[in-house]
Amino acid sequence: MFYLDAIGRYFLMLKGVFGRMTKGSVLRSLTLKEIDDLIIGSLGIVAFISFFIGAVVAIQTALNLTNPIIPRQLIGFASRQSVILEFAPTFISVIMAGKVGSFITSSIGTMRVTEQIDALEVMGINSLNYLVFPKIIAMMTYPFLIAISMFLGILGGYIAGVYGGFLSSDEFITGLQDEFIPFHLVYAFLKTLLFAFLLATIPSFHGYYMKGGALEVGKASTTSFVWTSVAIIIGNYILTQLLLSS
Amino acid sequence: MIEVTNLHKGFNGEAILKGITTSFERGKTNLIIGTSGSGKTVFLKCLLGLFVPEEGSILYDGISYTNLSPEEQRSLRQQMGMVFQGSALFDSMTVEENVMFPLQMFTKQKKTEMLERVHAVLERVNLENAHKKLPSEISGGMQKRVAIARAIVTRPKYLFCDEPNSGLDPRTAIVIDNLIKEITEEYDITTVINTHDMNSVMEIGEKIIFLQKGHLEWEGDKSQIFTTDNKAVTDFVYSSNLFKKVRDAQLKGL
Repeated sequence: MFYLDAIGRYFLMLKGVFGRMTKGSVLRSLTLKEIDDLIIGSLGIVAFISFFIGAVVAIQTALNLTNPIIPRQLIGFASRQSVILEFAPTFISVIMAGKVGSFITSSIGTMRVTEQIDALEVMGINSLNYLVFPKIIAMMTYPFLIAISMFLGILGGYIAGVYGGFLSSDEFITGLQDEFIPFHLVYAFLKTLLFAFLLATIPSFHGYYMKGGALEVGKASTTSFVWTSVAIIIGNYILTQLLLSS
Repeated sequence: MIEVTNLHKGFNGEAILKGITTSFERGKTNLIIGTSGSGKTVFLKCLLGLFVPEEGSILYDGISYTNLSPEEQRSLRQQMGMVFQGSALFDSMTVEENVMFPLQMFTKQKKTEMLERVHAVLERVNLENAHKKLPSEISGGMQKRVAIARAIVTRPKYLFCDEPNSGLDPRTAIVIDNLIKEITEEYDITTVINTHDMNSVMEIGEKIIFLQKGHLEWEGDKSQIFTTDNKAVTDFVYSSNLFKKVRDAQLKGL
């Protein structure tokens, strides 16, 4: 019953978010600030993780290819498929649930605790729109971050594979191009958009409706990470079933 | 003027406000006092429109908040200024941006016009040298001044203050109390202050209402509060050692 209640309140929150809009000029500057905080601020960690995950995928694939009949170019193929289909969109989104999600929950939660949200409401401002809507718009640039993650993941795989002596550069590139299905990119970016929406709204929900003090802000951040991750994993399953299974 | 009639409010079946009827006059500092848990904050939040009363009415210069459309309610809220207990300044904004915020949201003024107004208001609250500082870089007393400046920058008709001098040293508290009183008279606004500080009562209490367990137990002014025979009020007033000693000294003819 508690979960149903929370889901119901989440959708009511969304209704409030898309309710009365904040003044355009204010919204524009808020959105730019959110892009800086949420996307640009995550570039470093995403680049670092993507590069090394791609490298590890290539090494793991190479070490498990013990049968000499299987061509070495499969390392390039496996790196591309793993990074594009799952590691960049899903794995990075779970990381982002920890980084960006905690930031959103704690910043909104602190505003709740220190009555800043009450101050917005007293002024007659739709606090949900003011606080959450710019985050949703900012997160719509998240696919660019995932595109960078994909590129760096494959680059990591290339460097680890080629310079690790597992295969030649030509073999890796042939593997990359092998049986490439463009729809896989569409699928990856579609689910990235869904994850972006979840990353902006679920942590906001946990921050906005939190009660208590500083300790509860910490608890809300943890809860928000758990539920955002759960939603991402479930969303990933549903979209994969809908878009990839024949 | 704010008129409150038979106001009831509760949470989860527990009655917090039990039929409060009173009025707050324009140009006067009206104080709500009472012990912790007496319903002061709930009452103030009802006046602000943050809580919807279960029964009763609140009239703002004859206009009932609950009978207004959402758009009219927002318009009325824009005529209210609020000074929160913890100041509730926006952490990521400078002092200047905090005070300019209501103007940015609700007016179509040019930035130079807004800045002119912001600087005038900051000067009024004696904060000329902190424009570019963040709230975390200024003292508690200065934060309260910024909160007052933000509350009055749009020239509101109603000013609400929730324990405006809590956490301040006695000297700064008196300065803040007097600033609120001066602004009330200067802007001719209806000011309602929620406090349990007897020093504030003595300084600026033009009308005082005393709440106890959700009831309006007593109302009067600061001269009457020391002569009343209402036991709940005298217990509250003389729970302060200072006031107790003053009374004892008076009784001894000292």
